[in-house]
Amino acid sequence: MSGISQEDVAHLARLAHIDIPADQLGHYAKQLDAILNAVAEVSSLDTANVAAMSHPVPMTNVFREDIPGVSLTAEQALSGAPAVEDERFRVPRILDEE
Amino acid sequence: MVEATMNYDEAISKFDPVLGLEVHVELGTNTKMFCGCSTVFGAPPNTQVCPVCLGLPGALPALNKIGVESAIRIGLALNCEIAEWCRFARKNYFYPDMPKNFQTSQYDEPIAFEGYLDVEIDTDEGRKTFRVPIERAHMEEDTGKNSHVGGATGRIHGADYSLVDYNRAGIPLIEIVTKPITGTGKYAPEVAKAYVAALRDILRGLGVSDVKMEQGSLRCDVNLSLRETPESKLGTRSETKNVNSLRSVERAVRYEVSRHAARLAAGDTVVQETRHWHEDTGISTSGRAKSDAEDYRYFPEPDLLPIAPSREWVEELRAALPENPAVRRARLVADWGLSEIDMNTVVNSGALDLIVEAVDAGVDPAAARKWWTGELSRIANDRGIELEELPVTPAHLKRLEELISAGSLNDKLARQALEGVIVGEGDIDEIVKARGLAVVSDDGPLLAAIDEALAADPAVAETIKSGKLAAAGSVVGAVMKATRGQADAARVRELLFEKLGVSE
Amino acid sequence: MSDLIRKDASELAGLVSSGEVSAVEVAQAHLDRIAAVDGEVHAFLHVDTEGALVSAAAVDAKVKAGDKLSVLAGVPLGLKDILATNGLPTTCGSRILDGWIPPYDATVVTKLREAGVVILGKTNMDEFAMGSSTEHSAFGPTHNPWDLERIPGGSGGGSSACVSSFEAPLAIGTDTGGSIRQPAAVTGSVGVKPTYGGVSRYGIVALASSLDQAGPCARNVLDTALLHSVIAGHDPMDATSINAPVPDVVAAAKRADIKGMKVGIVKELGGEGYQAGVRSRFEESVALIESLGAEVVEVSCPSFPAALAAYYLILPSEASSNLAKFDGIRFGNRVGDDGSKSVEQVMSETRAAGFGSEVIRRIILGTYALSAGYYDAYYGQAQKVRTLIKQDFDAAFAKVDVLISPTAPTTAFKIGEKLDDPLAMYLNDVATIPVNMAGLPGMSLPIGLAPEDNLPVGLQIIAPAMADDRLYNVGAAIERELLAKWGGPILGMAPELAGA
Repeated sequence: MSGISQEDVAHLARLAHIDIPADQLGHYAKQLDAILNAVAEVSSLDTANVAAMSHPVPMTNVFREDIPGVSLTAEQALSGAPAVEDERFRVPRILDEE
Repeated sequence: MVEATMNYDEAISKFDPVLGLEVHVELGTNTKMFCGCSTVFGAPPNTQVCPVCLGLPGALPALNKIGVESAIRIGLALNCEIAEWCRFARKNYFYPDMPKNFQTSQYDEPIAFEGYLDVEIDTDEGRKTFRVPIERAHMEEDTGKNSHVGGATGRIHGADYSLVDYNRAGIPLIEIVTKPITGTGKYAPEVAKAYVAALRDILRGLGVSDVKMEQGSLRCDVNLSLRETPESKLGTRSETKNVNSLRSVERAVRYEVSRHAARLAAGDTVVQETRHWHEDTGISTSGRAKSDAEDYRYFPEPDLLPIAPSREWVEELRAALPENPAVRRARLVADWGLSEIDMNTVVNSGALDLIVEAVDAGVDPAAARKWWTGELSRIANDRGIELEELPVTPAHLKRLEELISAGSLNDKLARQALEGVIVGEGDIDEIVKARGLAVVSDDGPLLAAIDEALAADPAVAETIKSGKLAAAGSVVGAVMKATRGQADAARVRELLFEKLGVSE
Repeated sequence: MSDLIRKDASELAGLVSSGEVSAVEVAQAHLDRIAAVDGEVHAFLHVDTEGALVSAAAVDAKVKAGDKLSVLAGVPLGLKDILATNGLPTTCGSRILDGWIPPYDATVVTKLREAGVVILGKTNMDEFAMGSSTEHSAFGPTHNPWDLERIPGGSGGGSSACVSSFEAPLAIGTDTGGSIRQPAAVTGSVGVKPTYGGVSRYGIVALASSLDQAGPCARNVLDTALLHSVIAGHDPMDATSINAPVPDVVAAAKRADIKGMKVGIVKELGGEGYQAGVRSRFEESVALIESLGAEVVEVSCPSFPAALAAYYLILPSEASSNLAKFDGIRFGNRVGDDGSKSVEQVMSETRAAGFGSEVIRRIILGTYALSAGYYDAYYGQAQKVRTLIKQDFDAAFAKVDVLISPTAPTTAFKIGEKLDDPLAMYLNDVATIPVNMAGLPGMSLPIGLAPEDNLPVGLQIIAPAMADDRLYNVGAAIERELLAKWGGPILGMAPELAGA
């Protein structure tokens, strides 16, 4: 079920936005491979007619009324930011539009 | 880079267009989708944010009931089925305007699905209805807003850095996605525009959004592909974003048809990509190519429980839906005896609902239309406010019309009375009394004023007697002036002709 | 050293409310203890001396004014550094959050403050609660007061160690796969993971949203129940919070009567792979339970052997998404922003520098398990296994009132022993994980020392959802007998720390 390569790790690291140095890719690949082999045990059970469980509480329709609450001030909102300008969060240049 | 295009008529003679439209509507709820922050447009940056919509560690979403209710109502108005059970999902991708680096959205379980919207357009064979099939309408949240600093253009490319305001982040969005729209032929641009216009009317009628395209509360992405014939398989599509006016929807479709056709005719392939529409130049430019790096890793949102709208709730919402705007329009055109052009004027003025209200209160449709699309539109425009913000009620118009029919007010006086209403002087009768607005109906003062006017311009009596009745206008005008507008102009004219012994 | 530090929370609350001892004295005694021994234990990442004394003084003012006090007013507490605290650093044991000060309080923190509980500071933990030893904290490991060369369990090792080293009578932990119960077991303290939805998750930095639950840590069952009663209850800020009355855990802890109850031993949680001393103490507990008039039967939960595998797919998947927000844009540290790099590059460098290797490992694993083409085989399959686990529990609880097992397969191991072997580390949670998977409440209760190493062993008690009170009833009944047998609390057998 597994067989994870350095290239796979590099691709996943890109998706996860983690800049893993090239010389560590092999290390992670080896560990992930071992973990994936272990977790392959999930396939040992017959789940043909079993529904997936996404939430451990059997509730539905939990809503909030559309009534305004308390917001932060701009000062509070920006208080933890690494870089701020003009009451906004300053970020390095964005390469591409979403 | 400006790409080659083929003349539209030629393009459409060679290829069959297939349209797809994705519309994002910002709901007009009081609060955001998952927190209690306000959604009011135009607040100072980062003042309508909290730990939830800023994505601070530890914060959790709490679902806005009106957001869900609006989604269901939109689904019903678009003839959709409403899911008996559905969930939110996380769409994972990194982008600085998205606080959590995932968007809380819906994936394979949209709240509404399998609907349609009929739109009418003018064709060479007269007015024709196209049925636009709707795949789904689902709930999600908006992102923050980036502004780009440095570089020459203030655009993203070449900027030195960007600044992010998260006020918009978390505002409820409903994304409405059509199925591929086929069979439009050369009318693809018109169908696209008519669909977005009809959708806008429906959303406005539901009162779920202010649907202001210029403020981004209604945003449209146009997907387009061409194929050789209606029997061929679907071609590669482009996805044009930022199409933010009705006119642009039409132009963007036309442009993409021409662009795709030029590429295909030259033997090139169409690239599957996101493109950006430029309103100013009327072209689209290439954005980001779709790649395998785009793996959103959707999974059910564990922080929000499933939604299972009871059938009772759905039916309650269905029963309370307003009449479909297109159906209603057709009914009103017939009831009021209007032309399509007159109706367009009414709809474009934004006065339709106000006129309907006045008519329901007993005002003659023609009169209600005259006031709302004329004088009141002018006043609202002068003041830079919406028609709805004027303090004029159906009762005001009704009383005004009663006084006009009774002959105790004329048009000019009626306008003065309305002016009084708008500045808050009271109801119509109070204003008429306070301002002394009344048509002078006693002939005595009128005859005196006529004599005065004739004395001031001795030649005019002869001119009128010689048959040039138009010259009476200056006398009537002088009398109106002397009576400060309170005379009935028709009566003045009558008295003048009587006095001079001429008949009309 | 003041004897106040050895007193139970319930006793301290009584002394404060009666005015015999001031809350400030109580707080100061514990702050002194921290100053004396935390250099060895390293349970705290941040001690809030000033804040603690101010809130203690506020309690004293209320005592003077004759105001009504909550059950734990004036009692000091250590708070796991994963709960957001307005104005106090919150790091989650991670460099990426070093120096971050949240502008808001977690709901649990709000409840503690309102109850007059005195927050001494923030306790150490495995980075983002990923681990079973607290060795994965970016700020260095916490040491087990029973043997400073050993781990105090994890991820909430700081919370278990501060309680068992008498730095605080109470602590808050969070439990995603055992992070309250396993630390309690290896430090000889009591810890409860409440029913999922029983305690608000709002303001608790999420590891795996569908598994996380905050809960109480203390040195005895009654104190644990009192703290449970203070922090539990419905919170509209947490959509998964259960809107129902909190089970009366305090009454249950006082009842301590299990005569006629049916207790099930989970066949799959025990036996091979469990340390001999763990097994022998567990067997003694079974005999004790029977002696108290309960009927003990064995039940089988056949899907449990796959629980660990399913857990190590669900947790990394949810965590990979939950931890995406740590990108150095809105809060926390940013790395590599020299003006020349794109935001993507800066985010990637920030995350590489800010996260430790275990966090990176799990994010990559979760990214893999959720990615197109693998979702059904991994995440989807794990969610189905989860359903089977819940069905096993449902079937078991149709036959018995509570289930029991050892909390952890071994006693505390040596620091560094399993650090380079993630799979061996994951096995620590083999008995606790099924409880999180089904959203059930579970307790770890000290049941003695393993003869071979004289280190504490924990008994896990599991109840059906929203029957948290059963844990306290059963736990208190067993505790009463053991205290009589030992002639005092188990922590009295722990060696004195040098600082004291």
